[in-house]
Amino acid sequence: MSNEWEIVIGLEVHVQLHTRSKVFASSSWGFGKEPNEQVDPVVLGLPGTLPVVNREAVEKAILFGLVVDAEIPEQCAWDRKNYFYPDNPKNYQLTQKDFPVTMGGKVEIELPGAARNIMGEHKWIRLHHAHLEEDVGKLSHSGSGSLVDYNRAGVPLLEIVTEPDLRSSAEASAFLNALVAKLTQAGVADCDMEKGQLRCDANVSVRRMGDTQLGTRTETKNLNSISGVRDCIIYESKRQIAQIEAGHKITQETRGWNAEMSRGYVLRDKEDAHDYRYFPDPDIPTLKISRETVNRLKKHVPEAPFDRQRRYIEKLNLPYTAAAVLIADKALADWFEAAVAAHPTNAAGIANWAANDLLRELSAQSGTEVGSDETPAVKVSLDSCLIKPAQLAGLVKLTDEGVISKQQAKEVFTEMFSTGKDALAIVEAKGLRQNSDTAELEKIVAEVIADPAVAKSIAEYRAGNEKAINALKGPIMKRTQGKANPVMIDQLLRKLLG
Amino acid sequence: MAEEIYKLSATEISSRLTAGKLTSRAVVEALIARYHQLNKKIGAFTSLDEKDVLAQADASDARRKAGKVLSPLDGIPVAIKENIAVKGQPLTCSSKMLANLVSPYDAHVVEALKSAGAIIYGRLNMDEFAMGSSTENSAIQKTFNPWDLTCIPGGSSGGSAASLASGLVPLALGSDTGGSIRQPASHCGIVGMKPTYGLVSRFGLVAFASSLDQIGPMARTVADCELLLNVLATPDARDMTCFDSTQRNQLPVASEKSLRIGIPKGLLVKGVGAEVAAATQAAIDFYKSKGATIVEVDLPSSDLAVPTYYVVATAEASSNLARYDGVRYGHRSANAKTPIEMMTNSRSEGFGPEVKRRILLGTFVLSAGYADAYYVRALRARSKIRAEHLAALEKVDMILSPTVPTPAFKVGEKVSDPLQLYLEDIFTIPANLAGLPALSVPCGKSGHLPVGFHLVGAPLSEHKLFAAAQLFESAHSFANQQPTL
Repeated sequence: MSNEWEIVIGLEVHVQLHTRSKVFASSSWGFGKEPNEQVDPVVLGLPGTLPVVNREAVEKAILFGLVVDAEIPEQCAWDRKNYFYPDNPKNYQLTQKDFPVTMGGKVEIELPGAARNIMGEHKWIRLHHAHLEEDVGKLSHSGSGSLVDYNRAGVPLLEIVTEPDLRSSAEASAFLNALVAKLTQAGVADCDMEKGQLRCDANVSVRRMGDTQLGTRTETKNLNSISGVRDCIIYESKRQIAQIEAGHKITQETRGWNAEMSRGYVLRDKEDAHDYRYFPDPDIPTLKISRETVNRLKKHVPEAPFDRQRRYIEKLNLPYTAAAVLIADKALADWFEAAVAAHPTNAAGIANWAANDLLRELSAQSGTEVGSDETPAVKVSLDSCLIKPAQLAGLVKLTDEGVISKQQAKEVFTEMFSTGKDALAIVEAKGLRQNSDTAELEKIVAEVIADPAVAKSIAEYRAGNEKAINALKGPIMKRTQGKANPVMIDQLLRKLLG
Repeated sequence: MAEEIYKLSATEISSRLTAGKLTSRAVVEALIARYHQLNKKIGAFTSLDEKDVLAQADASDARRKAGKVLSPLDGIPVAIKENIAVKGQPLTCSSKMLANLVSPYDAHVVEALKSAGAIIYGRLNMDEFAMGSSTENSAIQKTFNPWDLTCIPGGSSGGSAASLASGLVPLALGSDTGGSIRQPASHCGIVGMKPTYGLVSRFGLVAFASSLDQIGPMARTVADCELLLNVLATPDARDMTCFDSTQRNQLPVASEKSLRIGIPKGLLVKGVGAEVAAATQAAIDFYKSKGATIVEVDLPSSDLAVPTYYVVATAEASSNLARYDGVRYGHRSANAKTPIEMMTNSRSEGFGPEVKRRILLGTFVLSAGYADAYYVRALRARSKIRAEHLAALEKVDMILSPTVPTPAFKVGEKVSDPLQLYLEDIFTIPANLAGLPALSVPCGKSGHLPVGFHLVGAPLSEHKLFAAAQLFESAHSFANQQPTL
């Protein structure tokens, strides 16, 4: 079946922007407040109040446009979308219909590779536009009636609309992960799906492989997790294919999604479609976007995650896995690069520590699960991390210079993570300094070789059993309380055993 | 002298307060006495908090004593139309829908008046949500023309005009979407100005048609009207359509040449009453005698103004008034089982017939399949009307016409004929569509009823309009007139 049918998906992603106040009012917003605590006369649509565009929200939207290589038009404007619903304080929503804040743009995605340590295929997904609008409140029903909370009303919402470029649920997931990385890394949005900061509508249609005409699409509204989007696409494409194969036509309709049952359902068909009676909002004049503003914001565009990944692999010789882990979290990648700056000769060594040990310890500390489906960007905080980048660089340097062994380095790292002390100070305090004194080590190696207890192993080694040499290393480590430089011991043994 | 206080202009009160010949308390007490004597008859005020206004007067007198006078308006009462927000006071818009609403905030103009020390004096009746030309659409009460109590005072700022003409207050605020300041000013024989769109902040003015609405000053003399406007016209970041200080300073250059007045081609033939036409002609002749150049100007799209207005204004109104749904404030229907039913019933019960008519019309002209034929076309016509006016105002300083084709009509006379009522605004509407400043000045009588003429100027040319009006007023005795009541 999968070879016969092509699934065509376009997404409309609603993202709450990271701003201090609401998009047209001075009220603050955020999660976890009492109902109707974050309102003011403008948010409640009291008679006589007027919207005032929040510059910060517009600039965040422009920054998003720059992050995805979109065109930033010279001006944008707002329209009224009229419909009656109790969670909508003015019974119209301010949105941008004809003059959105960004046009076009593209997002690079990476599909899952054949294995965890193999890079998957990369693809570009085109964006149609993104527009800036206001969120609505929340309506809930209790036994005694209906309740409305307007805390969310007026929260700045960027609606990002893709072209129908996605071809599978996996591509949709990869797109959302890449989009979230871009939005969070540029500081445009926090994208916390558990707080409803990212919601998605999925337009799905199917067609026979090779067909050039698009099939009739359905739109499923209000998917609030990446797994929800994935499950909905799988469900909806299967449903449409089954319909067509049974000889039915697909009805153009708006659908809802029941995440608990993993089932879609019809909300309304084309005949019941709303007439939103759009018209230009007369309260907000067309907003000019100066090129100075755009140029100023360009300086805040971070390196694209996949550009960074390519640089890490090609220039810093990082393995794919470490590069992929680091670029998922801008703070971690920045931290990594600061460490590399302090010790540029072994970026891969630093990456190994940062992407594995450091991340594991930080996750254990914050109780976050690493890399689950719903937390694609590893959300650990480096704020509370006691190890500074230069200190990790110092640890790697000590290892590279042979001052401590890799085994000792693990011990130093653990101590460093809990105390924030320099590697060298820990090494000195614990007396961990590796013995690299050639003369002294040669003497000890010679003594051990002379011990009849190891004669059998020596004989085996000389007979060609390479591994037999390891039996001699234990007694040497014992005599040096484990401080002997293992690399030097290996060399000395080979030299003395001829 | 006390019994004459109600006849004084604001300018005169101001100079007497400065000279120490009068106190604000004395003014307010005289006006309260007048209120008790007349308001029932006129129906201009919907409410007056006597204790509050006396306290404001005492505070002003105390400031004056301490040498801390805030402005020439300090201690002078200004009455406020029912659709402008005053903190702690009703904001009913003369509608059942908002009968219980108390505003939690001050409009920008009210803040400006308070910081000028003016007394926020009582609330004035209007047509419901400013929709009407006779104040008969008020859900609270009727207002009558002080010059003839069987006639309407005009509208929608009918309470404002009637309060001034009957000496209940020296200054009042109105709002004007299609003529709602100027038409009642003309019918009541007072001065009323609709400023350039954007000159006065709309923050706190309950929206009827946002792209047309402006708050404006109303008074019995040109000087008073200008005095009040100067306090209202300040920048306000809460209204994005309100000019900032840079835009405000781009005033038209005062021309050294003699006054050039444009008369629209074919003006006085279209349903204009004979006495109104004669009074207007007399005003034109007066300006000619003062050396003004009278030029005929061509405004070919003028015929489109009324239909254009009723499409644009109702479209915006249908959206602006959508928020009155009984959910957060205002009238809530007791007969509903679901939230949607509650919203529907609240609106059916709360709005009066004219408001419903305009919401339906506005919803229709914006509907899919009709928007292009009506709303979009109206926007094109509006651009054309604006362009023609701006072109004409390149050649002349201002355009003169009657304010209203005929004088005030009888109460109830046009209630059943809304279309005929819409023609009341034929001369005033273009200024709203084009965003231009316009003024109505009393210029005589039609029978026993006052009539006014209308001046429209280029954007931000308010001072020119006031100067021209002052020239006329000084040479005539129509200013500060009150009927015997």
